[in-house]
Amino acid sequence: MVDGIRLGFVYALVALGYTMVYGIVRLINFAHGDVFMVGAFTAFYATTHYHWGFVPAMILAMVVCSFLAVIIERVAYKPLRDAPRIAALITAIGVSFFLEYFTALDFVFTPNFISYTPLPIKFKTWDVAGVTFSNVMLIVIAISTLLLVLLWYLVYRTKLGKAMRAVAWDKPTARLMGIDVDMVITFTFAIGAALAGVGGMLYVIVYPQIRTFLGVMPGLKAFIAAVFGGIGSIPGAFLGSLIIGMVETLSQGYLSSTLRDAIVFSILIIVLLFRPTGLFGEAAKEKA
Amino acid sequence: MTKSRFRFLGQSWLFWVGVCVVFLVVQWVLMPRMTEFRRTAWVIFPCIMAIICLGLNLIYGFNGQFSLGQWGFYGIGAYTAALITYHWAARISYPIQGIVLRIPPLLQKLIPMAQVELFHFDAGKSALLFVAVLIGAVFAAIISLAFGYIVLLRLGSDYFGIATLGFTIMIQVLIINSDQVIPETKGARGMVGIPQMTSFFWTFIFLILTIVIVRNILYSSVGRAIVSVREDEVAAQAMGIDTLKYKTISFVIGSFLAGLAGGLYAHLYAFLSPGYFSFVRSFDPLIIIVFGGLGNMTGTLLATFLWAISLEGMRIWLPQGFEAWRFVVYPIALLLIMLLRPQGLMGRVELGFLRAPKWPLRVAPVQEMKPQVAPAGAGNPQPGEDKLS
Repeated sequence: MVDGIRLGFVYALVALGYTMVYGIVRLINFAHGDVFMVGAFTAFYATTHYHWGFVPAMILAMVVCSFLAVIIERVAYKPLRDAPRIAALITAIGVSFFLEYFTALDFVFTPNFISYTPLPIKFKTWDVAGVTFSNVMLIVIAISTLLLVLLWYLVYRTKLGKAMRAVAWDKPTARLMGIDVDMVITFTFAIGAALAGVGGMLYVIVYPQIRTFLGVMPGLKAFIAAVFGGIGSIPGAFLGSLIIGMVETLSQGYLSSTLRDAIVFSILIIVLLFRPTGLFGEAAKEKA
Repeated sequence: MTKSRFRFLGQSWLFWVGVCVVFLVVQWVLMPRMTEFRRTAWVIFPCIMAIICLGLNLIYGFNGQFSLGQWGFYGIGAYTAALITYHWAARISYPIQGIVLRIPPLLQKLIPMAQVELFHFDAGKSALLFVAVLIGAVFAAIISLAFGYIVLLRLGSDYFGIATLGFTIMIQVLIINSDQVIPETKGARGMVGIPQMTSFFWTFIFLILTIVIVRNILYSSVGRAIVSVREDEVAAQAMGIDTLKYKTISFVIGSFLAGLAGGLYAHLYAFLSPGYFSFVRSFDPLIIIVFGGLGNMTGTLLATFLWAISLEGMRIWLPQGFEAWRFVVYPIALLLIMLLRPQGLMGRVELGFLRAPKWPLRVAPVQEMKPQVAPAGAGNPQPGEDKLS
């Protein structure tokens, strides 16, 4: 239960990147899960090899991931903005493969599992009223909440956020209003990637086994969560992630650990059947 | 348009002669020059992949339904067919032992290195393979009918893609856990002991049948309805086309083909591993059909062979010690192709035998117009004039 909340918060950080990018350019950014992986590796090397502290490592992961996402966006997605959407989707898959297999080369990160020792935080657990809390969990939740509040402030209270929402609503009109659309899209990618980088770091602290293919499954789950909450909607992505995290942990605990993914996806399909645009999706936007 | 009257399954005799020539060249000349490994990786496996991709092309390329479920149906077909042959291969007694066709000695001298046995036709085994593959395909089609009808009813565009992606993942998880119900599949350890029966002969026959059937469907009235759903669903509905029906039809046919390919794959390596049916692989057919050009059968075929040959060939062409770079080169090539040619390799160009047939028009409107344009009494009797004068 508590594990579910923690996992849900990590998914939320990744899901927001998916949902923001989809909302603006209508692209399922498959490379996002791999940006998440790069964030995890950056944090790992910063804390173990260079003995950085927790917070500097996190900031480093954010910066590295943002840069990476901006490069990906400029090189791979921008030239295809007017091409059919499927071309961009295939490019996204290509970028994802490239990141996975390039980083799996021997001189980059090697294809093997690496265990994350020593962890940057000491593990402590407390028992409060029969529920076990750990300090890692509290840190995960605190950091995620902080970032989500910051994101909310950015999107709904600043000029950039207003521009982002305008671009998501209607790109040509936004351009006519004097908004630099390319700039806004690049910023969206950067912000999403920064959140994914932190998500990756928190994820490997919780599950201290890292590998270059680690981003695939969490990335997919986060994407599912974004769809679940209605893709393109920020509160939807957050709530969807929490629900997916909970469902995953609960079904692992009470039903079957091997059937976990099947349960998550069957719930997804059932929800989509009853609410085709997700929990918070806008029905009017479906046919576009 | 060919002048001849001969048509079999809607194709002229030239097409069938071409098919025979391709088969003989590959079977006689190319295959004996390859090692066993390359024979399966470069010739037989691409044929299987081409069947899957043609199915997906029907669903996505021609009908516009973004589906990632193809790989799940492939898995269903593979496991169903494998279970059938696993049970029956040892228990069947063959009425006919087999037919072996040999190359005449004269031809053997003409073509050096040619395979001596043209093909080894084992009737009992072939019949079993045929039946098992068909049952696997029909089973996949039934499931796709149930799944497709419910899901297509409510979802469109990207959401349909996500639902089918979820379906593929569910199938993989179910395969991993299947040994609790069917112990023969051995769950996560992978299924072994499937008789190895897939030969180039059978794969090729199924591929040609797939090509011909898909093409004939596309240029029938059903095919026109399917394409009209892709072009504009609302307009198609307004013209009285039951869009849900045609979406389901194309989805079921596509899944049937995936199941067929699955049955062939199961008997190729005689080993099935659930890891192979993971969703990551389900992007391969999608990549191939986009690479070849959506809604283009020639492109799909060409892209499948290019994809399979280059992916396996890179093991050989890349310098020593760089084998791990295979999957680094592949996405870079993919990116370059997508950036330079987003409409796919072939665009709208189709090979002759896959193009829409140009039947002679038997409808009247052309004749009605003629009397006004052509000078009257210029030698050719006009059907309209006789009545007037």
